[in-house]
Amino acid sequence: MAHQRSVSAPLSIQGRSLAHRVAGVRKFAQRRSTVAFLMSLPLITLIGGLMVYPAFYAIYLSMLNRRMTAFVGLDNFYFLLRRPTFQMVIFQSCLFAVTAVVSKAVLGFTIAHLMHGIGGRHQRILRGLLLVPWVVPLALSTLTWWWLFEPSYSAFNWVLTQVGLRSVPWLGEGWIARFCTIAVNVWYGTPFFMVMYLAALKSVPEQLYEAASVDGAGGGQKLLYVTLPMLRNIIAITMLFSLIVTFADFDIVRILTSGGPQDMTHVFATYAFQVGIQSGDVPLGAGVSLFMLPILAVAAFVILRGVSRRTREIAA
Amino acid sequence: MGARRITRRTVLKIGAAAAVAPLVHVRRAGAAGKLSVGFWDHWVPQGNDVMRKQIQAWADQNKVELQADFITSNGNKLQLTKAAEAQAGAGHDFIAFSTWEVHQYAERLEPVDDVMRRLTTKYGRANEVCEYLGKIRGHWMAVPTSSGTQNKGPCGRISVLREKAGLDVVKMYPATESTAPQGQDWTWDAHLRAATACHKAAMPFGIGLGTTTDSVDTAGALFAAYGAELVDANGDIKVKSEEVHRVLEFGQKLVKVLPPDAPAYDDASNNRALISGKSALIWNPPSAWAVAKRDAPEVAADCWTFSPPAGPKGRFTPYLPYFWGIWSFSKNKAAAKDLIEYLLQRPLVEARCSVVEGYDIPPFISMLDFKVWAQAGPPPGTLYNYPIRLSHHARPHITASESPPEMAVQIYSRGTHPTMLAKLMSGQTIEQVIAWAQTELEGFRR
Repeated sequence: MAHQRSVSAPLSIQGRSLAHRVAGVRKFAQRRSTVAFLMSLPLITLIGGLMVYPAFYAIYLSMLNRRMTAFVGLDNFYFLLRRPTFQMVIFQSCLFAVTAVVSKAVLGFTIAHLMHGIGGRHQRILRGLLLVPWVVPLALSTLTWWWLFEPSYSAFNWVLTQVGLRSVPWLGEGWIARFCTIAVNVWYGTPFFMVMYLAALKSVPEQLYEAASVDGAGGGQKLLYVTLPMLRNIIAITMLFSLIVTFADFDIVRILTSGGPQDMTHVFATYAFQVGIQSGDVPLGAGVSLFMLPILAVAAFVILRGVSRRTREIAA
Repeated sequence: MGARRITRRTVLKIGAAAAVAPLVHVRRAGAAGKLSVGFWDHWVPQGNDVMRKQIQAWADQNKVELQADFITSNGNKLQLTKAAEAQAGAGHDFIAFSTWEVHQYAERLEPVDDVMRRLTTKYGRANEVCEYLGKIRGHWMAVPTSSGTQNKGPCGRISVLREKAGLDVVKMYPATESTAPQGQDWTWDAHLRAATACHKAAMPFGIGLGTTTDSVDTAGALFAAYGAELVDANGDIKVKSEEVHRVLEFGQKLVKVLPPDAPAYDDASNNRALISGKSALIWNPPSAWAVAKRDAPEVAADCWTFSPPAGPKGRFTPYLPYFWGIWSFSKNKAAAKDLIEYLLQRPLVEARCSVVEGYDIPPFISMLDFKVWAQAGPPPGTLYNYPIRLSHHARPHITASESPPEMAVQIYSRGTHPTMLAKLMSGQTIEQVIAWAQTELEGFRR
């Protein structure tokens, strides 16, 4: 017996410790935050590897000299800001992004509002059709637009000449080319706004409109005092999201104009590519691409602050 | 069962076999190591096929395990591949470099003076543009190759130029060997007169003023013909010179007769202008003619490639060379050098050139007599004057090569020359254009 006890005592201690550990692991795994963290770990790793690391690497590159052999601090940014061509790129990027986003928002809202008034099956068909530009890969649809604009075979010019008008150098004249790049972006992005606004419109309680009608409000007043206030958050968030994507746009400008004529359609991404890859100045190219960061950070801060404020107001 | 005895004779047999064993070596594919190569993906599919056969023959002969990738330059894929490999310090053993990229990556390339010494001893010197782009601080950092290398002289419609502009280009540049100077009257002024006449006939010259290579090369040839340097060999900006003023005066007249979309031209726009039958002349390698042969045979049969016009300072043929450069991080530099040297042997260069209908221009002057250029057609002899012949009295040229390469690459890739002309087209004055160029060039001195 004595012998048996001396053997079983350490075994039972070991067993208890193992059971304790297993229970601990189970408890750890049962905590929702832990499980959530573990499940999102692959995504966090992916974002870290493909976004955070390249972003910091770009910051590091932007502080090197042309040969990437010496640290030059903020010299590249200082140099860029003094260049007239880069000043034009800043102007063009802002013009492109702001004009395109506002146009998409206005058009998207108008279409969504009109669609909201159409009933059941017809609305579904129309919604599906209007989503086509957004579903087609951007590079592919931009190539189609390019064929419509391009010098030798332009379909638009063919139509113009058929009705006795003169051809238009769509991509050959600065302001017309700017208009074309913005127009293609608006064409591509409007369905996204339309879908978001349509979904938001459906969530506005019908009682609010009924109450407004009882108070004698007309269509315009309902839009101004019911619809728009109820959609303010979704409008702000879609505009922020679109602003980020539009500022970083590369495909449309690259395919349609490559930044020309005379650099008048360059945006940050295409100019960064030209300077960094095509001219062999990777640090300066990294500097150009990083200029988007402060602009977007300020826009994000302002818009998200407004969203939070309104959310608090609603909650109160 | 008795144990087998080890006799003295057995020990001797085993000893002898062990001594001989290292001498008996069974060679396998890959015995001499591995080699990974990135070639430019030729726009003529057969161009890749003939290259594949040639390198396979070399690999079999040398027992090297070879991996060859044909990387397209469309969408800058080849350029991006090199940028990534240079950053990572890993990738192909050797890869195709175009024009300025040898300078760009010089610090990551293995010198190839030994290969060039043997090749130049055998075939004579490579042309001056190859030397400017491939030789850095007295050392060849990449070997100029024929694969993808092109001239970009004028390719005109024989009948249109004859009827609308009174130019008989076949007579000016016949497809026969000649020692007498040709095209004496073929000057930039004559080019302007012809462009004006064809513009009136709604067949404008398809010359682009964009920032892609075709536009840059044509504008560069014009500036060079007038001796108009933007930046001199010392890196000093010379844009306010008399020569630049003169070439811009000429440019003011030229842009008036170019298509209104010229500033939007890319490297395919001029091809389309010719093939669609809407243009009397473009500056391009024979790719436009080759595509026309397939898609618009009547246009192709009316095309003639010839030498560029001359200006006060001479006649300059736009020339865009490709190189093969070996990365300094290559694991098999000896095999890489061996393969490059093998591929640049005359019979192999000629075989590749013939398959692609003469598109590839060899870097060695002694190789500019391949038969393919005399035989290609229709019309017969259409490409005879595609390579620079002695009778042309022309020099190969790459835009901005009068400047130090680190500035020239920026002038070239930003398309400073054609943009100056595009600004004239948009109505800016010569003074405004010069002022813009001055500011722009100062930025390239960084």
